[in-house]
Amino acid sequence: MADIQTNLATNSPVNAEPVEMLLNMGPQHPSTHGVFRMVLWVDGEKIVDVEPHIGYLHRGSEKLCEGEQYHQVITLFDRLDYVANFNNELVYCQAVEKLMGLEVPERAEYVRVILCELNRIASHLLYVGTIGLDAGAMTPTMFAFRGRERIQSVFEAVSGARMMHNYFRIGGVKEDLPDNFEQLIAELLPPLREDVEESDRILTFNEIFLTRLKDVGTIGPEEAIDFGFTGPCLRGCGIEYDVRKAHPYSIYDRFDFDIPVGLDGDCWDRHWVRVQEMYESLKIIEQALEQMPGGEVVSSLGRRLIRPPAGEVYMRAENPRGEIGVHLISNGTDRPYRLKVRPPSFCNLSAIRRLLTNSWIADSVVILGSLDIVLGEVDR
Amino acid sequence: MQPFVPPLAVGLVEVIWMVVGLLAMFTGLSIVVLSLVWLERKALGRLQLRLGPTRTGLFGLLQPVADAVKLILKEDVIPSSSERAIFWAAPVIVALSAFMIWVTIPATEGLVLRNLELGLFYITAFAVIGILGLVLAGWGSANKYGVLGGLRSAAQLISYEIPVIMVVVAVGMLAKSLDLRVIVAAQEQIPYVAVLPLGMVVFFIAGLAEVGRTPFDIYHAESEVVGGPFVEYSGAHWSVFFLAEYINTFAIAALVVLLFLGGWSWPFDTAALAWLPSLPDIAWLGGLLSVVWFLIKVYSVILVVFWIRGTFPRLRIDQLMAFAWKAMVPLSFYAIVITGVYLFYDWPAWTLTLMSLTGLVVVGYIVYRRMMEPARRIAEIKARQAAQMAERRASRQAS
Repeated sequence: MADIQTNLATNSPVNAEPVEMLLNMGPQHPSTHGVFRMVLWVDGEKIVDVEPHIGYLHRGSEKLCEGEQYHQVITLFDRLDYVANFNNELVYCQAVEKLMGLEVPERAEYVRVILCELNRIASHLLYVGTIGLDAGAMTPTMFAFRGRERIQSVFEAVSGARMMHNYFRIGGVKEDLPDNFEQLIAELLPPLREDVEESDRILTFNEIFLTRLKDVGTIGPEEAIDFGFTGPCLRGCGIEYDVRKAHPYSIYDRFDFDIPVGLDGDCWDRHWVRVQEMYESLKIIEQALEQMPGGEVVSSLGRRLIRPPAGEVYMRAENPRGEIGVHLISNGTDRPYRLKVRPPSFCNLSAIRRLLTNSWIADSVVILGSLDIVLGEVDR
Repeated sequence: MQPFVPPLAVGLVEVIWMVVGLLAMFTGLSIVVLSLVWLERKALGRLQLRLGPTRTGLFGLLQPVADAVKLILKEDVIPSSSERAIFWAAPVIVALSAFMIWVTIPATEGLVLRNLELGLFYITAFAVIGILGLVLAGWGSANKYGVLGGLRSAAQLISYEIPVIMVVVAVGMLAKSLDLRVIVAAQEQIPYVAVLPLGMVVFFIAGLAEVGRTPFDIYHAESEVVGGPFVEYSGAHWSVFFLAEYINTFAIAALVVLLFLGGWSWPFDTAALAWLPSLPDIAWLGGLLSVVWFLIKVYSVILVVFWIRGTFPRLRIDQLMAFAWKAMVPLSFYAIVITGVYLFYDWPAWTLTLMSLTGLVVVGYIVYRRMMEPARRIAEIKARQAAQMAERRASRQAS
């Protein structure tokens, strides 16, 4: 008996220092959204510290841009945020157009906006599916993917590819929409709205989903700005900042839409903002379809070899994940001299350590999911 | 003076019968598991706008067989740093506890391997042993996710064992027996779900947690601990865990049916069927019909389990524990207290129903309040946004 007692006294974990365990999450973890790696120091189920590791998907996109002609760079931009290809193509094309002072035909602008907003919905639907999986619900994924599939088949009809479209051109788009586009989109929108509503209904106000996401990963507006948050992550904190409204580009000033904002800046608010944004995008698409004029879809200058004048330009746009910025320097040749991308996911991801410290292991998955990163864009 | 009889003395014939019975049980349960796998994949598929398996046989009926063959043929990887003995023993322990429960679960009056007078006590006792297997599996596989999952399973399963046992005690008080056949016989007139609905709800929810089904699949959460204790297991070893999980699910559903839904007793008086001339008066046929009726009930409960899996996300471990200790355990104690009061004062049965419904309504109201809280916030945001928009429109019109 005495032996046991001394044993207990010496080996008792109660008196010992808290033992931290090093848990390697990723790059092959099912819920790190790609090849993202987090090294977690955990005390039981609590996260004490985090060290994020990025770069597993680094392809040197920015450097590759310097070796390609201006039109060829579009394909590289497709591969940055590979679930929002059109939005990426748009910001690059606009940067070059701004540098050249190129006028884009009206119809092309409308085509671009419609496709970009469709792509925003597709991207957010993907997000709804993945946050559902992260929180442990399988069914919303399928519901969301059904809507995404519908959008992608329209994309396929328009550009010939379901992803990596390479459809936008400097000065317009590659070719006019297919003849049956109006019929396609008329068949797309009503069921798409249903899909969005359905995935919203099954997840957003689910009691367990709320318990998992509400008051988890909370970040205040000042801190969010300090971290460089943009997009739904920033709007989730209650700040009404959307590049489409704050610095209107393309023809976004012609549409009537709202900017949904959250209240508390937690995971659920970010989720809610994204869901509401899908409804706003649907609004924009409907307005754009009504206003869309006929005519050319690409300016004659855009068909030639592009040689912008020497100079530099910065163009920003609202991607599904936040503000994407392109800083382009031209030296007058047919290739960019330097091209720097400000990726929204990368900046949003920078807060991961602040958000995860003192949370639970299970929360780390949900918080990462609510930031909605795409590694192709983070690593470039 | 009585002659001395050794306590374990059994005849040879009895031993042979026991072995045959165990083999029959094993075979029967394996078939049940195959059917459950198919049913789950099909039901989940339908819930998720998919078809489920279609390629293997009619309606994909052979899919579980194909899965089983694949799993058995797969290489059985044993991590080099694992504790070999524990790694091997863990699935056996889990499967053993799952199978042992079924020794005393009757499918009908006569169809039971060995009916025990303390059957419910035996079941609750053996159900706990599975936890040991899960913890050992997590620890023995020398994987951090495995350890996390194993410890999670220990915390979760032991916490939810309490409400399960307490509700079982309440049912035992009602039936004045722990013998499952007696409990079913006591429900001949009125099933206990009508008498003690609270008990059924608590038992079902805690049972879901006991077998680690959504929304309580925390210890093997795919998106967090990547399978938890099973993370390093593959091939035949993994399939043993899989088997045990489905048998446990089936056991919980069967217990729900036995304890609350009246087991194999018919919802009407069987004497009413006496006018049927074609019904031959053969004992085994009546027994077979009861088994079919019992299975229909069990599979309905299981379909509810699958339905829940297709609907809900997963809780977090602290929320799960809070739910166990703040909601489930008090409710199960409340079930015992009201049952005791009901029995002591010998009130009519509807008073117990009333009391137990009161408990349910109180909990339901609390949950409803919590659900409405964010909705109120959303209403607040919406109102604020509407005000903002109106302001913007006004300024636009002014300019």
